[in-house]
Amino acid sequence: MHVFELGFVAAVLLAATPILYAALAGAISAQVGVFNIALEGQMLWGAFAAVAGSYYTGSAWGGVLTALVSTALFSVVLAVGAARWHADPIIIAIGTNLLAIGLTGFLLRVLFDTSGSFSPRGLEGLPKMAFLADVPVIGPIFAGQTALVPLAFVLIVAVGLWLKRSAGGLRLRGVGEHPDAAAALGVSVASYQTWVTIAGGALCGIAGAQLALGNVTVFTENMTAGRGWIAVAAVMLVAGRPLWLPVACLGFGAAEALGFRLQGIGAPQQLTDAAPYAITLLVLVATRIRFAKRASLTTT
Amino acid sequence: MTAPPETTSAAPAKASSRGRRLATAALRHPAVVPIGAVVLALLIGAVIILAAGLDPITAYTAVIQNSLDPGQLDYTFSVWAFICGMALAAAIPLRMGEFNLGGNGQLVLGGLTATVIASSLPLPSIVLIPLAVIGAAIVAGAFGAISAPLATRFGIPIIISTLLLSPVAVAVVSYLVRFPLGEAGSAVAQTTRLPEGARMWALGDLSYSNAGLIIIVLLMVVFWVVDSRTAVGFELRVVGANRRFGAYGGVRVGRLALGAMAAAGAAAGVVGAVIVMSSPFRLIDGALISPGYTFAGLAAALLAGGRPALIPVTAILFTILQVGGAGMERSADVPRQLSDVLQGVVIVVLALRTVLDQRRTERSSA
Repeated sequence: MHVFELGFVAAVLLAATPILYAALAGAISAQVGVFNIALEGQMLWGAFAAVAGSYYTGSAWGGVLTALVSTALFSVVLAVGAARWHADPIIIAIGTNLLAIGLTGFLLRVLFDTSGSFSPRGLEGLPKMAFLADVPVIGPIFAGQTALVPLAFVLIVAVGLWLKRSAGGLRLRGVGEHPDAAAALGVSVASYQTWVTIAGGALCGIAGAQLALGNVTVFTENMTAGRGWIAVAAVMLVAGRPLWLPVACLGFGAAEALGFRLQGIGAPQQLTDAAPYAITLLVLVATRIRFAKRASLTTT
Repeated sequence: MTAPPETTSAAPAKASSRGRRLATAALRHPAVVPIGAVVLALLIGAVIILAAGLDPITAYTAVIQNSLDPGQLDYTFSVWAFICGMALAAAIPLRMGEFNLGGNGQLVLGGLTATVIASSLPLPSIVLIPLAVIGAAIVAGAFGAISAPLATRFGIPIIISTLLLSPVAVAVVSYLVRFPLGEAGSAVAQTTRLPEGARMWALGDLSYSNAGLIIIVLLMVVFWVVDSRTAVGFELRVVGANRRFGAYGGVRVGRLALGAMAAAGAAAGVVGAVIVMSSPFRLIDGALISPGYTFAGLAAALLAGGRPALIPVTAILFTILQVGGAGMERSADVPRQLSDVLQGVVIVVLALRTVLDQRRTERSSA
């Protein structure tokens, strides 16, 4: 009974972790005033790069590094386009999301001569923290997880506190809140936006790596399956404040994990698949109801 | 980055400035950006094909040959119409600056509604077929319209709510097709074939192109007329250009969004209805979504800048890519996913056109 409950906590963490990384990327972008909806495509690219990297280097951490670097490069299009060239980040993101789907499918065929999914014999997945197995409570939750799972929480708290308490964080927030004032104080708005968006790309790379080498050890076409959009919704829900992200993302993780449980007892998969989206939207609406009176038609 | 100040004598400067003015005027032509985006995307695509060790010329030739092959034109025309219909679903909200990314959900709801009406009502074709199409438009339109109050009352952007609603509709339809409405004993998740009387009227002896495609073309004409000749169309464009100005000028933005999203959903619903009422005359799980009409339509709408008169033209491009992609795979061994890559690249290049404006302002301010 007890193990079952902790097992559920572990499942929730596992489902939430990729979304956490992507949502952190979205939140820091939001802090500098870049509406980043490219998370889905970046995460998908990261998942592909992680598997390809692990396959070629023979090391899962090589895969993570490949995902981190190449997804950061992938996000340069959005970063430079939105911050330096004043292009519409929404349209760029729609384009890069399609590009990620096409390019990963294309490369799957060209590099590995397969389609659908890629999971060669001996593909190295991220190691689990089995050494924790004997620790009470923590063991059942974390022993089956990769180090990227606790790292997500550490990173979110660190970034959240840095944004809140440090001079650099203040400047970064200033860029998003009042770009003209920030510029007048000598802060380069475009530089902050560019580098923060690229850092977001690196985080999405980690999200993809955790998804493809941590949650499972395979790349499947379109395997992100909307997680990037749930991350975007999570960013909206917490109004870009990273410290609140764990609450939002664990909620979505719970919806997904609960869905798996319900499938186990015979609920149709189609309906449990829809649950995270429906719940996300309902939660968004519920939290927005108190703003309803203030919301004017002109600000949407 | 800034150009050095001109210090040449008066006469050549005058001539060169006239030349430059002509060049600038030519660059400002509305066709330059879309055509430039496509050319650049094709070049980038060629580089990708070369990098993969394949031959871009063979690939592109195969795309054209396969999609415009006379025997294939019947099919190509049907794909063009579906992409046009989904382009409408994206373009109508785009006109007022909103993004409808929930086309898939609206599409499958339309297909479901048409299937239910067409297979359950014992009516003559002349009543039943229009009824199924209208029913699909109403249900999908209502579903699309949900996003408008979510934006105006709760501040959830339309782009987010459409994206979150769409997978819910897709999952529900997938469930219904699989279980309550599914054909008994079939290995594939699909409904039973529609009765003869509920199948879309064929055009002559063509097997893909039917009266449904005429309906979609008519919808495009309606959008063109509304956009260019009516007050609502003007309001849409004003709000798209400057939302605050529109609201200040007395446009009820909330209502306009409701109408635009309902119309967009209805257009997608009609496409769904036409697809299920065409061969093989049934709703098959995933068959409405997997061809990618929604995002090809969105790409066509973006490339046309939402302008109704341009959509049929930009839709041709994405139709050729879509239909020709399979031929490219067969005869040039280039994976068909390249079509998706090119779609994405066109949109990215299109978005990055602002770099031109920037250069221009930098130069003029120098």
